[in-house]
Amino acid sequence: MAADFNWAVGGEAGDGIDSTGKIFAQALSRAGRHVFTSKDFASRIRGGYTAYKVRTSVDKVQSVVDRLDVLIALTPRTIEENLDELHEGSVIIYDGERTTMQDVEIPEGMIGLDVPLKSLAEEAGGAIMRNVVALGAACEVAEFPIENLDSALEKRFKDKGQKLVDNNKEAARAGQSYVAEEYDHEFDYSLETTDEDYVLLNGDEAIGMGAIAAGCRFYAGYPITPATDVMTYLTGRIERYGGHVVQAEDELSAINMALGAARGGARAMTATSGPGIDLMTETFGLIATSETPLVICNVMRSGPSTGMPTKQEQGDLNQMLYGGHGEVPRFVLAPTTIDECFWKTVEAFNLAEKYQVPVYLTADLSMAVTEQTFSPDTFDMDEVEVDRGNVVDETTIDDHMSESGGFQPHEITDDGISPRAFPGTADGAHMSTGLEHDEQGRRTEDTDMRVAQVDKRNRKVETAREREDWSPREFGDADADDLVITWGSNEGALAEAVDILDEEGQDVRVLSVPYIFPRPDLSEDVAAAETTVVVECNEQGQFADLVEHDVLERVDRVNKYNGVRFKADELAAEIKSTLEAGVEA
Amino acid sequence: MSSDIRFTDFKSDKQPTWCPGCGDFGTMNGMMKALAETGNDPDNTFVVAGIGCSGKIGTYMHSYALHGVHGRALPVGTGVKMARPDIEVMVAGGDGDGYSIGAGHFVHAVRRNVDMTYVVMDNRIYGLTKGQASPTSREDFETSTSPEGPKQPPVNPHALALASGATFIAQSFSSDALRHQEIIQEAIEHDGFGFVNVYSPCVTFNDVDTYDYFRDSLVDLKEADHDPTDREAAKDVILDNEKEHQGVIYKDESSVPYHEQHGVDEDMSVLPDGAPEGATDLVREFY
Ligand SMILES: Cc1ncc(C[n+]2csc(CCOP(=O)(O)OP(=O)(O)O)c2C)c(N)n1
Ligand code: SF4
Repeated sequence: MAADFNWAVGGEAGDGIDSTGKIFAQALSRAGRHVFTSKDFASRIRGGYTAYKVRTSVDKVQSVVDRLDVLIALTPRTIEENLDELHEGSVIIYDGERTTMQDVEIPEGMIGLDVPLKSLAEEAGGAIMRNVVALGAACEVAEFPIENLDSALEKRFKDKGQKLVDNNKEAARAGQSYVAEEYDHEFDYSLETTDEDYVLLNGDEAIGMGAIAAGCRFYAGYPITPATDVMTYLTGRIERYGGHVVQAEDELSAINMALGAARGGARAMTATSGPGIDLMTETFGLIATSETPLVICNVMRSGPSTGMPTKQEQGDLNQMLYGGHGEVPRFVLAPTTIDECFWKTVEAFNLAEKYQVPVYLTADLSMAVTEQTFSPDTFDMDEVEVDRGNVVDETTIDDHMSESGGFQPHEITDDGISPRAFPGTADGAHMSTGLEHDEQGRRTEDTDMRVAQVDKRNRKVETAREREDWSPREFGDADADDLVITWGSNEGALAEAVDILDEEGQDVRVLSVPYIFPRPDLSEDVAAAETTVVVECNEQGQFADLVEHDVLERVDRVNKYNGVRFKADELAAEIKSTLEAGVEA
Repeated sequence: MSSDIRFTDFKSDKQPTWCPGCGDFGTMNGMMKALAETGNDPDNTFVVAGIGCSGKIGTYMHSYALHGVHGRALPVGTGVKMARPDIEVMVAGGDGDGYSIGAGHFVHAVRRNVDMTYVVMDNRIYGLTKGQASPTSREDFETSTSPEGPKQPPVNPHALALASGATFIAQSFSSDALRHQEIIQEAIEHDGFGFVNVYSPCVTFNDVDTYDYFRDSLVDLKEADHDPTDREAAKDVILDNEKEHQGVIYKDESSVPYHEQHGVDEDMSVLPDGAPEGATDLVREFY
């Protein structure tokens, strides 16, 4: 892979860290470079350290590394927090005039660039642009054509007037020339540009876009980190396609609104994170029993309880698989990459309607807030298919009537899938309920009907197993003796870890599994492997437990649960030591 | 929709299991008549029911219906109405369902002014769970869970509604069939959230708030010269704890329902076979 460049801006929450990082990431993306971003943030609005990191390369990038080449430090703490990642030759841009930065010590071997960010910004039209001055300085250091920054600034500020755009461009140039003139220094970087056009988006945005593409028209949600971006994305956009977003009073309301819209015949969705899923669980059972198609997105964060709301974890798997009283079939989809967040959302809507089940669509914090570049045709809207399943209309409804003439929304069928009638369909009036019911939807405690309905609902899972493709994605060395299995956002880091392992002479075969339930049968893969390692961001190894349950064999585990996602080099080392320990045993 | 709809078309063939004499029979009959009278039929009507004896109403009526979880009927109704502005939505439940577990949703459904009719069958007791105090029970009402009375003032649902910005507030009595039907009808015809608290006596567990009690104490606002468009007058009626009223207490004639305010007018159940037209714009935004 061509040398990649790692950059970060850090300071206190409220310092405009996010927008500064985003502008730089966009400038890189617009210059035809691949970008992968990550955020360190604390659960506070002002005060509290926060950073936005950008990794960029001409080749695809899909994970973070422990390395920083250029750091814009708005506070001394920014340097402390990133000390491990800084290296000999790293450049630190800071404003020595700022009171808190006056005594800052630049670590041995690193290059400190003291740039009067605030003063230069004021000259260009306002102190608020000091971060843009820093971006201009960074362009000079990285030998990155500043015109690309201009175009990102235009995108960002054009709605606020040309004057603001011009001032910002001037501020960027002030930073650039200051470094050029004051520091007669050759830096090690030269960021190449290409003619490629990329789009830059995060997992939450990809889910929102997938929802609109799939025909989702109604969204109800209650704000919660890190799922809020889904709602923010949909607000103002879904309306253009005839839809509507409601900010509900709580998650109980949100899921019930979505349920109502789904019974009305709309494709509906709600998104939340762990605590919200807990609140939704009672209604989840109703949705499943009433066989209502609904997509419930769970963007996982660190639990239990309020846990660490701004940190990574993949700890809700058991909750999604088993949460709720009684037994109900549900599907659980877990995209493993940002582009897959889009496609799996589309698939989630189709599966929900084809099988009339609630579908959990789960992402995790790392994927939700991380932005990555893609070629626009990754999201080819012409490829989107909408399959609404077995919906009856005035002409077909007659085939699904009881002897007494009532429509049968819970008809016992061989494949477990019953007909569905939207309100307004003549002769389709029927009751949906969480009570056990007969084929017409009426309450029953008849023992035979109870068994028939439970079996019918479960039969859908078998049908789906037969009709759909649940295969995992495979990479690494197909003939390797050792197998690594993962799910969720670890795929990117794992893909790079495989390259690192390969260089060290360690071949592994990797399966990245986007389907938790139904899920692929991995028994042959595990049987064929000498050692199997399951990688996931939780302590208990919830997915590893499932694999063991399915294949009736012990597997090894690599787990991380300190709130930070896996990094490629770290993961490679962990896998290697686990495999070596396995061999010794 | 056909013009020869009769209220019996809204009856399901399930026999109600309510206790003989339960107020809910009258409440339901009035709802069915009002629906038929306002030109609806079972196929364009969606009834959302809560949990409780009252919540069983969805089973005994014939329409598109959902029997939800306890206290959450109003959000379901909101979702149906947003997806289907073309469908008549009616939500029904008990005083426990609506003012206890669902009180939060009540406040927010009111302030959203979603165009639906909310009928609360208020028997001042929990019926289905066999006679515990409800939020509308009197302070000294002795029940299995309040042997000396709840010793808390009852919830005043109308005050809650008015304070939350309600555009239609009414009360009826299930055994005064004609007036009850009339009031429900007016709630259906209201453009916005039509809230009707219905005195619907529980003959099994409540021997205080009985048919006789209501019959003797009810003041009909129509006869009392009350102007429902006058918010101040409505406030007086609502805060008058000495009397039981029936009739339309408040009505904002300039009410604009939520879906109209938000420009929602499409039937959301209709979808193309693929991504909607112009979906590629969504990708372009990320350049
Ligand atoms: C989450 C939950 N908690 C408790 C119950 C039990 N429950 C069923 S009905 C009911 C009270 C119903 O009272 P009300 O709404 O006044 O209706 P009524 O039966 O009097 O018509 C309760 C507490 C339940 N079904 N769900
Ligand atoms: S218990 Fe009371 S509310 Fe329930 S059906 Fe009997 S009379 Fe009606």
